Amino acid sequence: MGLSTTRFGVFNPEKPHENRITDIGPRHFWEFFPPIIQRNYGKWLYHEILEPGVLVHVSETGEKVYTVRVGGMRTMSVAFVREICDIADKYCDGYVRFTTRNNIEFMVDSEEKLEALKKDLASRKFYSGSYKFPIGGTGCSVTNIVHTQGYVHCHTPATDASSVVKALMDELFEYFQSMTLPAKVRIALACCLNMCGAVHCSDIAMVGIHRKPPVIDTEYVAKLCEIPTVIASCPLGAISPATTPDGKKTVKIREDRCMFCGNCYTMCPALPIADKEGDGIAIVAGGKVSNRISPPKFSKVVVAYLPNNFPRFPEVCQTVKKILETYAKHARKYERLGDWVERIGWERFFELCELPFTYHLLDDYRLALDTYRTSTQFRFTEAAWEVSKAARGI
Amino acid sequence: MKAMFKPKVPQKEIKYEELRIYTDEELRNPTDEEMKNFKIKHDIPLLEQLESGPWPSYVADLKVEAWRRRRLADDRMMIPRDVVEDLLGQVELSFVHGETHWKHGGIVGVIGYGGGVIGRYSDLPDKFPGIAHFHTIRVNQPASKFYKTDFLRAICDLWEFRGSGILNLHGSTGDLVFLGTTTEQLEPIFQEMAHHLSQDLGGSGSNLRTPECCVGRARCEYACYDTQDVCYELTMHYQDELHRPAFPYKFKFKFSGCPNDCVASIARADLSVIGIWRDKIRIDQDAVRAYIKGDLIPNAGAHRGRDWGKFDIQKEVIDLCPTKCMRLEGEELYIDDENCVRCMHCINVMPRALRPGTDTGACILVGGKAPILEGAQLSMVLVPFMKLEPPYDNLKELIDKIWEIWMEEGKNRERLGELIQRMGLWRFLDAIGLPPAPQMVWHPRTNPYIFWKEEDVPGGFKRDINDYRSRHAR
Ligand code: HEM
Ligand code: HEM
Ligand code: HEM
Ligand code: HEM
Ligand code: SF4
Ligand code: SF4
Ligand code: SF4
Ligand code: SF4
Repeated sequence: MGLSTTRFGVFNPEKPHENRITDIGPRHFWEFFPPIIQRNYGKWLYHEILEPGVLVHVSETGEKVYTVRVGGMRTMSVAFVREICDIADKYCDGYVRFTTRNNIEFMVDSEEKLEALKKDLASRKFYSGSYKFPIGGTGCSVTNIVHTQGYVHCHTPATDASSVVKALMDELFEYFQSMTLPAKVRIALACCLNMCGAVHCSDIAMVGIHRKPPVIDTEYVAKLCEIPTVIASCPLGAISPATTPDGKKTVKIREDRCMFCGNCYTMCPALPIADKEGDGIAIVAGGKVSNRISPPKFSKVVVAYLPNNFPRFPEVCQTVKKILETYAKHARKYERLGDWVERIGWERFFELCELPFTYHLLDDYRLALDTYRTSTQFRFTEAAWEVSKAARGI
Repeated sequence: MKAMFKPKVPQKEIKYEELRIYTDEELRNPTDEEMKNFKIKHDIPLLEQLESGPWPSYVADLKVEAWRRRRLADDRMMIPRDVVEDLLGQVELSFVHGETHWKHGGIVGVIGYGGGVIGRYSDLPDKFPGIAHFHTIRVNQPASKFYKTDFLRAICDLWEFRGSGILNLHGSTGDLVFLGTTTEQLEPIFQEMAHHLSQDLGGSGSNLRTPECCVGRARCEYACYDTQDVCYELTMHYQDELHRPAFPYKFKFKFSGCPNDCVASIARADLSVIGIWRDKIRIDQDAVRAYIKGDLIPNAGAHRGRDWGKFDIQKEVIDLCPTKCMRLEGEELYIDDENCVRCMHCINVMPRALRPGTDTGACILVGGKAPILEGAQLSMVLVPFMKLEPPYDNLKELIDKIWEIWMEEGKNRERLGELIQRMGLWRFLDAIGLPPAPQMVWHPRTNPYIFWKEEDVPGGFKRDINDYRSRHAR
């Protein structure tokens, strides 16, 4: 039986509770494994990256599977997905895989098929000239940027997502298609502090931030929201109950306490926080997820604010590129960005990357004290002399 | 094939030719010429600047979809023809205004489920009627995201017919996400998928979110357990928790096969399951010698793009081992496995010489989350090692105990990690019946402000002041 072409399909709005199928979960994974993956499941011996974007995995059965990884747009049309299917049908017996970082992986079982597949992928372009299937993203490269919804679908963003990612990947394209970096570099973007794309453990990440307190839609607060819930939503207790001159219940916000997290807006649509001049992007850096050599660690804020300069965000792109290339130049082989910074010290990082160290970068939230340096061990940079001068120490 | 890898519910076989909605003619895509002459109904000069450049352009792609929708007959799509054009128009306007134009979500969903659908409405429905309703549907992805094209093509037809034709492969949590349909089409999409594709929705809201796993044993030699199978088994076992929110807040499981943690479970899961071994790293000394000689390429070729000089096993492997537990005697490599902390570095550098051990399982960590509200947390070690064999009852029992205490003690919108912080780790351990261990902390506490339990102290807390005064004058 085919998919229905009537307005409601198998659903009957007259009898909505009839004939329902629920709680069946996802399709089972095994049937989606290509036969070579099924045959060699759990038998892989080793793998090698043959060139950027091309992996070979070798099994104890002697079989080899070649994988071509291509950068994917996370948001895509069915027309594009059908083209992915055409390629998978032509070269991969109708199987394809997507990675956690929104890349697309085509797998073949011989070198001849591999060469044909690579050629085909590299030749496909949009009418505007962009690649459809750029090959890369393996090893010591900048792989695809994981990101969130932004203006395409979310109601709380402080910046867009897809446009920043497109602009930045255009800028860093050579690093996607090569493996010249000291270690892999993971870049991520979240368009607000909710961090759906929780970017807080990335080598470099962009986070949308607000800088103006919410504006109170006084007439509507009580109509649209439960006031006690709104008050409770603020992690800093900045919101308190208030009454309008004509006796309506509303809230007031202590602006000096607000850290612009937007949590109150999440709970109450009558407290919009987005604002063209207020909103923008913070850059965080030096985090990682893997346990390799050093434990996982959080990214740290290195630039407090850059403007939302649509559609190509030049300030953001230049800053990220500067950090990336400074790291590439100075880090040792195997050193992730955060490991490099820990070796050379944050003071040196700011000096090398030519980033100003501003008061915004000093923590004053929970556990802030843990970030203050309680030791005389540090390196001298220009910033230190500035303090010494200000204190008339020199 | 392992006999255990079987679906837990019957699944329809998927043949696109039997399921398809659109004809080949309807599926025709525009030529480059046609696209160059194509104008959408709104002016989008800012977005059009994103059509160029080497990285795939989502703007170009969305315009292709807009072209397709101009061409389809009225009865070949169940939501407005202009949905993609209006989306582009609204995003352009968001660039101009520097503010999103989506309203705060409304409560929509499908009968019997509390999650899986996220309501979305334009705040300019008169200007952009095609996206007046633009709800998202989260579709539970297959574990580790392999697909057959028959399934994907069927999904595409269904979604172009009943929705915008725009999707995320995949959303951040791992779901296949349908972006943009009307309230009316939610039930038809849900039940068409269930009836014809044996495919269910994923989670959203205060419930179990769609679990996710790495590629694991399907194509990775490091995997220490069957990540897909555990992911599938727990997804099926906890269908009720996934679809019917009853938790204080969201709860995420993520499964990585080894400490490389390719699904970033430690950073974004309330329960992170990371594969490890407890015996010895397997060493092939011939391959070690081959690496030393330069016959094998180190780091699996990941550094191919730059000349880093000749491979130096001392500098690149032995000296970088975090516990310095390796040594070379002649060309023989020795690992003091009792001191190996399984960081994966040496294995990553020499995958043909070194392999994880064979007595494998997983480390269970809890409490990871993004910053909202109390600040970001990484997951912390709860169970240093757990064997994982189907049907994974040990893991399920642990999860049930954790949920019991979280549902009892957790406040509204309090993630597990925040609850543990508020309760203190030992009270949490007490509640789930596990003893403490130094593996759970970086170091023991630095302050002696210990909350002694009354039963720990001989005689208890109740004392008689007169008894005290019998020894001490006032
Ligand atoms: C290792 C494989 C990685 C994958 C698959 C990946 C992909 C993703 C995805 C899809 C998310 C969305 C998170 C969510 O569902 O909530 C994410 C988040 C994150 N990524 Fe990555 N990323 C990876 C690696 C990294 C690396 C290497 C870092 C840091 C160096 C990193 C930092 C993060 C962090 C901290 C999150 C939080 C996750 C989140 O919630 O999004 N990721 N990552
Ligand atoms: C107060 C907290 C949060 C709120 C109000 C919130 C709200 C939302 C909303 C409205 C969406 C839908 C976006 C859309 O329209 O498609 C969404 C998506 C999502 N959220 Fe959250 N979120 C919160 C926190 C988080 C956190 C902390 C994480 C992860 C650690 C997270 C992970 C996700 C993911 C993975 C998605 C899917 C969207 C995507 O794939 O980009 N959320 N969230
Ligand atoms: C030589 C060392 C490593 C090897 C051989 C390796 C192996 C792999 C393999 C085979 C994949 C593909 C998995 C998939 O298809 O999803 C993969 C993906 C990934 N690995 Fe590792 N891994 C290594 C180290 C690491 C480390 C240290 C990290 C940590 C941060 C990491 C993060 C990732 C991420 C984020 C992905 C997903 C890539 C993507 O989706 O584009 N890997 N790794
Ligand atoms: C109930 C709690 C505590 C009590 C009663 C206490 C008491 C004392 C006393 C009596 C001294 C010796 C002072 C002197 O030289 O005359 C001392 C020194 C010290 N205490 Fe505490 N202390 C407490 C908690 C702490 C904590 C929590 C820390 C650190 C985290 C700490 C760190 C120190 C240090 C660093 C010294 C100086 C040691 C030295 O001179 O080498 N104390 N404390
Ligand atoms: S990060 Fe924030 S703005 Fe972006 S999709 Fe998630 S909740 Fe929405
Ligand atoms: S934005 Fe955050 S800190 Fe400011 S009032 Fe709202 S909840 Fe409180
Ligand atoms: S987490 Fe480990 S087992 Fe899983 S894909 Fe990554 S490297 Fe392989
Ligand atoms: S896995 Fe890490 S800790 Fe263990 S021997 Fe190798 S480098 Fe050392």
